[in-house]
Amino acid sequence: MSVEYEVVIGLEVHTELKTKTKIFCSCPTEFGSEENTHVCPVCLGLPGVLPVLNKRVLEFAVRTGLALDCQIAGFSKFDRKNYFYPDLPKAYQISQYDLPICYHGCLEIEIGGAAKKIGITRIHMEEDAGKLVHDGATINTSAYSLGDYNRAGVPLLEIVSEPDLRSPEEARIYLEKLKAILEYIDVSDVKMEEGSLRCDANISLRPQGAKTLGTKAEIKNMNSFKALQKALEYEIERQRKILEKGGRIIQETRTWDDAQGVTASMRSKEEAHDYRYFPDPDLVPLVVDPQWVKEIKDSLPELPDTKRKRLTSEMALPDYDARIITGSKALADFFDRVVAGYNEPKTVSNWMMGELLRLLNAKGIEIDKCKVTPENFAALLQIQADGTISGTMAKTVFEEMFSTGQDPALIIREKGLVQISDEGILAGVIDKVIAANPQSVADYKAGKEKTLGSLVGQVMKETKGQANPRIVNKLLKEKLPLFPA
Amino acid sequence: MKITVSDTEHVAKLARLDLSEQEKKRYTQSLNDILGYMEVLNRVDTTGVEPTAHVLKLQNVFREDTIRPGLDKKLALDNAPEQENGCFKVPRIV
Repeated sequence: MSVEYEVVIGLEVHTELKTKTKIFCSCPTEFGSEENTHVCPVCLGLPGVLPVLNKRVLEFAVRTGLALDCQIAGFSKFDRKNYFYPDLPKAYQISQYDLPICYHGCLEIEIGGAAKKIGITRIHMEEDAGKLVHDGATINTSAYSLGDYNRAGVPLLEIVSEPDLRSPEEARIYLEKLKAILEYIDVSDVKMEEGSLRCDANISLRPQGAKTLGTKAEIKNMNSFKALQKALEYEIERQRKILEKGGRIIQETRTWDDAQGVTASMRSKEEAHDYRYFPDPDLVPLVVDPQWVKEIKDSLPELPDTKRKRLTSEMALPDYDARIITGSKALADFFDRVVAGYNEPKTVSNWMMGELLRLLNAKGIEIDKCKVTPENFAALLQIQADGTISGTMAKTVFEEMFSTGQDPALIIREKGLVQISDEGILAGVIDKVIAANPQSVADYKAGKEKTLGSLVGQVMKETKGQANPRIVNKLLKEKLPLFPA
Repeated sequence: MKITVSDTEHVAKLARLDLSEQEKKRYTQSLNDILGYMEVLNRVDTTGVEPTAHVLKLQNVFREDTIRPGLDKKLALDNAPEQENGCFKVPRIV
C-alpha cells in the first residue's frame, strides 16, 4: 500500500538592505566595485574596533516587519554567531539570536484562487559575509582561497517563514510576493541575480495526516524563482523514494546544482549548528520607541494588495490585469505614469500586458531598462485615440519606440504613417476595389456578410495599411446595400 | 552538570585548539570549577529579574547612514600574511 505524503516547506530569505553604508561601519555598500576597496578596520575585524549600528538598518527592519504584519520587539539585541570560515574576518557573524527585532508576522498568498496566510516566524538583522573565490573548481579541491571583503558588513535581513508552505508552487508564490513587498517598501533592490535576495528552503515529507514533522533537509543555492521550484520538486521526489523504500532522511544541508538539476549533499558539518551564540558586548541593546514605530507605519507606501484592490475598484481593471501590473513595483509605477498621461486604464493595461510585456519577455529585459518612457507611451495611445493612426500602425510605432526610445510623433512623421480618414480619397479606392472584385461583391450582396471583410482587406492593401478601417467599413456598406431598396 | 574530557575535546575542536592529553585534563578541571561557581550563582533567587543583555546601562547607540572613507586598498592588504590579485589569500579551508 502506498502512503500519501504531505510536503512541508519553510523558507529563510536573506535580503540586502539598500542603505548607503554598511550595518556597523561607514563603508559604502555599493555592488560590483574593485576588490577590497570598501573596507575599514571595523569590517575587516581588526583588533580594538567598535561596531556602531546604522540607524537606517533598524528603520528598514521595522518597516519590513510592519509591512509583514509583525510584532516589533520593544527590546532587542545583537549576538555573535561563532564559526570559522574566512568569509568573515572576525570568525563570528554579528546577528540576532533569541531577541529578533520582529516576530509573529504573516504574508497572504493566493493559491488556486484561494487566500492562504503564511506565518512569518521572525525577522532579524545581521551582517553579510565577504566573497571568497576558490583557487580550484570547488572548495574541496582548492589549495587556497581569495577573500574580498567589500560585502562583509552589508546589512541583511533574514526573514524566516513558518513551515506553512505545502508545495514548491506555494513556495515560489510566497517568494514572489515577498519580493514585491520588499520592492514596494523600498528597503532592498531584491535582485536575485546580484544576490541581494537569496533564499534557502527547509523541506520535509510526512505521511498525510501526521502531526509531527518529518526529518528535513536544508536546500541552498537556488538563485532564481524557477530554480527554487525545480529544486524543491526534485527534493520531494528524492525524499519520497527514500521513504517509500523504508529508508530514513538524513538531516543535512544540500546544494542545488542548476545545470544538473539535482540537489547534492554538502560537506556534512560534524559540529553543525553549534554556533555558541552569546550577546555581543560591543553593541548595546535596542529599545524601540513605539512613537517612532507608529511614524514608520504611517509612512508605509501602498502595498501590492491594496494597490491591486484600488486598480480593480477605482479603475475597473479585471483582477487578472491588476494582479500582473501590481506584481512588481516598477510595472505598477510605470502603469500609474502612463495613466497620468492617458486616462484610459483598461486601454493602458491591454497595451502593457500585450505589447509591452511581450517585447520585454522576448528581449529578456526588465521594465526599468525599457526605452519607452511612460510619457511617450501615453502620447502614442492619445495619437491612436485621435484617429491619426490605426491600431496596427500604433503597434508598429510601439515596436520602433521599444527599440529606439524615440518620440512616437517623430516616428510617425519619419515613416509617413498617417491614417487616411478622408472619405473622398477612400471612396476612390473603394470604387476601384469594387470594380476589381465582382465575385466578392456578388457574394456579399447575396447575403454572405463575411465577404465584406475581404473587401476591407483589399482597400487596406491598396492604401498600404493607411486607410482608417472604421471609415472604409462605413463607406463600403453605403456603396453596397445588402438589401437593394 | 559535570564536564567530561570528551566535552573539553568538543569545545577545543570548535575553538580550533589542539590540546595535549595533559591540557585536556587540566581544562576539564578548570571548566568544572567555573561551572561549579555558576551553580553557586544559580542559588540566587532571580524571580522578576530580566536577563542581562549588556553590563552597561546604555541603549540605542546609532550612527547616521553617511559614507566615510575607509582604508586605502593597499593599506588594508598590507598586514595580510599573503595577498593575491588585490585579495586576502587564505589557506585551504576544508
